[in-house]
Amino acid sequence: MSTPNRPRTKLVPMPSTNMLPERDIDKYPVLECRNLGIDFGGLSAVKEFNIAIGRTEIAGLIGPNGAGKTTVFNLLTRVYKPTRGSVLLNGQDTANMTTAQVNQAGIARTFQNIRLFKDLTVMDNILIGMHNSMRYNLVSSILRLPKYWLEEKTSRERALELLSIFDMESTANHIAGSLPYGAQRRLEIVRALATNPSLLLLDEPAAGMNPSETAELMENIVKIRDTFGIAILLIEHDMNLVMGICEGIAVLNFGQVIAKGTPDEINSNPAVIEAYLGKKKEA
Amino acid sequence: MNTNYRQIPMPVRYGINTVLLLVLCGGLVALSAAGVLSNYYTSVLVLAGINIILTVSLNVATGYLGQLPLGHAGFMAVGAYAGGIFMKATPLADLVRKGNLVEGIPYIVVALILSGVVAAIFGIIIGVPALRLKGDYLAIITLGFGEIIRVVLTNIDSVLGFELTYGASGLKRIPMISTLAVILVCVVLTCLVIHMIMKSRHGRAILSIRENEIAAESCGINTTYYKVMAFTLSAFFAGIAGCLYAGYLGSLYPNTFGFMKSIEILVMVVLGGMGSMLGSILSATILTILPQALQEFSDYRMVVYSLVLILVMIFRPKGLMGTYDFSMSRLLETIWNKLSPADTNRKGGQPS
Repeated sequence: MSTPNRPRTKLVPMPSTNMLPERDIDKYPVLECRNLGIDFGGLSAVKEFNIAIGRTEIAGLIGPNGAGKTTVFNLLTRVYKPTRGSVLLNGQDTANMTTAQVNQAGIARTFQNIRLFKDLTVMDNILIGMHNSMRYNLVSSILRLPKYWLEEKTSRERALELLSIFDMESTANHIAGSLPYGAQRRLEIVRALATNPSLLLLDEPAAGMNPSETAELMENIVKIRDTFGIAILLIEHDMNLVMGICEGIAVLNFGQVIAKGTPDEINSNPAVIEAYLGKKKEA
Repeated sequence: MNTNYRQIPMPVRYGINTVLLLVLCGGLVALSAAGVLSNYYTSVLVLAGINIILTVSLNVATGYLGQLPLGHAGFMAVGAYAGGIFMKATPLADLVRKGNLVEGIPYIVVALILSGVVAAIFGIIIGVPALRLKGDYLAIITLGFGEIIRVVLTNIDSVLGFELTYGASGLKRIPMISTLAVILVCVVLTCLVIHMIMKSRHGRAILSIRENEIAAESCGINTTYYKVMAFTLSAFFAGIAGCLYAGYLGSLYPNTFGFMKSIEILVMVVLGGMGSMLGSILSATILTILPQALQEFSDYRMVVYSLVLILVMIFRPKGLMGTYDFSMSRLLETIWNKLSPADTNRKGGQPS
């Protein structure tokens, strides 16, 4: 677990004891969870989840299998309704929003098991992501009014631009389901970006990728943050990726945050080592 | 994207398609008027046209939205009775008897729109609760709706004491407005409107629900809204088809719109290929003409019909056309690009 060029962002505490990168402390955090929790029957899948993510932070959420990481994503996007606590997105409570409204308010996500629109083209997949940035109504589309042509044209151009992040312009007319696995994962990120998010949630973006693909993905994630100026929260098992690009990391075990901090702090935290490797035997 | 691929500009595409449609429809009407197509063949064509509208409209809910409603005949019935009752109340009957259909066009247009709107209202009423369910459950609730409509149409007069639908004895003497020309115009408009919607952000939203509802929602698409919209659109055109059906038969009986009618339309959609407009048009035409053509072998008619269905499902399980859709412009572009390789570079797709 050693990466020479780890980010050394200094994390400073917020009034609510959550931590933010120093450069983002003057601004609202893009996301703040306060005592978030959900019970499935008698089981508390997530308990007392507190986290804040800075405007331009790359944050990581790690933990052993079944720790509740994806559940946290589903809580943030309101696929599940939290039993306790609240989520503030850009300072706005998401309590009464639907999944679609949360997306419009600024959270886009990818899925652990890819969920593309498989029978549609790559271009259509991205255009569906841009659904809400186009505004023309039914009449404009039936009569093909100028508004339709204008918005469709600018959207298509923007879609090609977004595809160019991953050098995928040449696949624009391919059927999404026919793309190779890695390209499908990348397309999902592009589709999420197409919704103009202020926070991007990536659920195991490097799953199934080889080391060189992972390295490329790491560069691209940083590139996306820098070009779009958005925050990214990612779940990942690949420690090189997490330690290499995440500035703030939260470790989840049995639904509870057991550690929060910079990569260096996490790396040397005894509770984290215990969760991953088990208790050290007394010699 | 192939950068050397040249595209026909949109106005030219529309021009080509309009001319081709005018030639095809004008030709059919002319043939029918000149007596080359006998009255019998013309009436088969009219029936085929009505079935095309029904199939294309059901395809919106099954093929594009990916749901399985079994109450399409119910919407058709609502539209048929709404249109039938309205047309009886207008001077259309006199005009039709005098053969002066041109003066009746405003009434026909109003009747068609009215029956579409009434069916669409029913579509919303049924869609809002029904679309919370999926798969089999949606099928059962819509099936129930279709049956309710049929039973209500049979009994409403004696219960309320009106003389509106004339119950089981049938709504008779409806003006026969469904000439070949009227049908062709309606078929073309139906296909056009549905095509235009499907190739827009609204259509893509409907498709995304079929493909992956969870992903659609996380892309910010209001799935409930678009489900109801697709369902309503489907009901609207079913209502129009119903009105045309009323104008074709001249008399309506509730039992015409039973469960089997819904199944018949569904078979056409499945056979043509879910999500393919060309498939819907082809299979509606074939399945209307086939039983007529087989009338000489009436003993074996149903055997052949079922055999055709079974064979298609074995060899083309996704329907005749799958999700393939034909585009005249695409075909012309391919030929054009093959004949004279392009030298200019063009980038960026054009919306079709």
